[in-house]
Amino acid sequence: MDKIIFTKFIINPKLFWFIFGLLGFLVLIGFASSHHMENEGHYVTGMTNQIVWGLPHIFAVLLIVISSGVLNIASLSSVFNKELYKPLAPLSSLLAIAFLIAGLAILVLDLGRPDRLIVAMTTYNFKSIFAWNIFLYTGFAVVLAGYIWTMLDHEVKKYSKPVGIFAFTWRIILTTGTGSIFGFLVAREAYATAILAPLFIVMSLLYGVVVYYLLLVIINKLHKTIIESEVIENLKKLTVMFLFANLYFLFLYHLTNMYISKHLEFEIFILLNGGVYTTAFWLGQVLIGIIFPLIFLLTNRMCSYFSLLISSLFILLGSFMSMFVIIIAGQAYPLTIFPDHTIVESSFYDNVIHSYAPSIYELGLGIGGIALALIIVLIGLANLKFLPKIIQSKNNNKNLKTSSVD
Amino acid sequence: MKNKHTISRRNFLVKSIAALSVIYVVPDIFSNASAVTKPPNIEVSSKTRWGMSIDVDKCVDGCTSCIDACADENGLYGFDRPETDSQWIRKLTLKDIKTEKITVLPMLCQHCENPPCCDVCPTGASFRRVDGIVMVNQHTCIGCRYCMLACPFKARSFVHENLTEQLTNSPRGKGCVESCNFCVNKIDNGSDSTACEEACMKEGHNAISFGDLNDPKSRVSIAISKKPNRRLRADLKLKQTVTYSGF
Repeated sequence: MDKIIFTKFIINPKLFWFIFGLLGFLVLIGFASSHHMENEGHYVTGMTNQIVWGLPHIFAVLLIVISSGVLNIASLSSVFNKELYKPLAPLSSLLAIAFLIAGLAILVLDLGRPDRLIVAMTTYNFKSIFAWNIFLYTGFAVVLAGYIWTMLDHEVKKYSKPVGIFAFTWRIILTTGTGSIFGFLVAREAYATAILAPLFIVMSLLYGVVVYYLLLVIINKLHKTIIESEVIENLKKLTVMFLFANLYFLFLYHLTNMYISKHLEFEIFILLNGGVYTTAFWLGQVLIGIIFPLIFLLTNRMCSYFSLLISSLFILLGSFMSMFVIIIAGQAYPLTIFPDHTIVESSFYDNVIHSYAPSIYELGLGIGGIALALIIVLIGLANLKFLPKIIQSKNNNKNLKTSSVD
Repeated sequence: MKNKHTISRRNFLVKSIAALSVIYVVPDIFSNASAVTKPPNIEVSSKTRWGMSIDVDKCVDGCTSCIDACADENGLYGFDRPETDSQWIRKLTLKDIKTEKITVLPMLCQHCENPPCCDVCPTGASFRRVDGIVMVNQHTCIGCRYCMLACPFKARSFVHENLTEQLTNSPRGKGCVESCNFCVNKIDNGSDSTACEEACMKEGHNAISFGDLNDPKSRVSIAISKKPNRRLRADLKLKQTVTYSGF
């Protein structure tokens, strides 16, 4: 039987420090952007009293959704007993914890009063899904830390499966909670539907797989290892499955909204005459995020490695556009305060489609967040043994997953 | 010979006590007589339920006295950035889709009995007092703006920049969310009126009637009894205590 051993990330030290320095610089830019926003006030951002959540929230929600999703690989190994993914599971949990911390950091640094984090951690309104999410997010970080421990330490390895099942359950609830942040907003046509929770779950499954694959490709290039074709084929199948699931739930979400007559005008706005928001939906969320990747993956014109690579890049771009549509377009459509009247005049922009132009500071915070996730991954990989190396047994070469080329 | 203008010690004491009584006691009696509200030293009670009725037939196009009074009362000065400046009360001009009738009305926090802003607030900084006032605790608001997303009436503003010279009766600060609080400081000091209502009355329009909904003699109760009122977005069943009549 093959033996899996785990190793640290071995790369050229110069290259390591270059990547570390670059990511560190971007993290600093993120903190500097946040500091400027907090010091001057949010008027320096593109966010207003109309669009109250902007680019930082797109980054933060996306990172949290990805965090839940990248745990797929570990779940497949621990919960669903897929031996194929066993060597890849610890990396999956490291990515999950890194993306979670980064998403939370952005969310906190965008608060009007980040200095009151202690208030958020000690004063709770349990009717608020946001308060529950604070528990779900911080709890998830603790569960993931425990999960990583059970996977890396041989003495507690026997607990890996129950902890894995617990983490799997936790993340499903967590993504339900994230989707419900929007789903529980009764006043806005774009939200106010429970279907956002399962939509967020399938989005997390999809984005998690592609982000895992993209990072695996990069890590393997730097670590001078190759990803076995069996893993690529399996990830490809998963991606296709999640793409169809995403398309289905997206279709169902819009169909539901079209069926509710008071939401119909919002649907017309998103699907037909919403300008940049309509373009973001059709071109970004649907074509780039779902249809093109499906074509790449199903036509078999490229080898699986490249078709999955290109699809993953498209899905990642589409994921960003999806969040833009969900978060920004949902707020851009004005509130229907008077269903039987049109608002002719308002000093508070009640009668117009709200526009949003993010500032450089919001972008800096978002990029800084991504860099924070990646630097945590880099530090984790360099200091702990997350990467698998498979020692082949003489009798059995079939179960080879990730093999070293050197 | 005895001086007629001298005053005995007894007379001096009696007259002094009488004068002090006039100075200290009478105003208290009158103020209590004019306001049905609680004295400042008594806790907020659910026996009072503050509410407002707005008669849009009386609201005058072009008049901004309620907005100006609110700004003066709460120190709401802008930075000439209308997208980010706070607005606790605003005027809207509406056109009926069927009849094309034009209506002008003030829009402010509707002080819902089931306020979505309070439901979603993670720290409970948005809260509803037992007397029906919905407000933000400026000490525990973390500035997440989730309440602004949840409010169906766009009644809340986020303070986007540094403030100076805030009024002591209206604590405000950068990074927190704020909205109309029915001039809570006035109410807690014994008044039964808001700045916007007073200004509207002063202009002679009387479009805004404020008071205790539990008191049938209050201005708001009388206004509601005279003319049918309706709640905005009644389909949401938020049971707002701000109601509108005349449209």
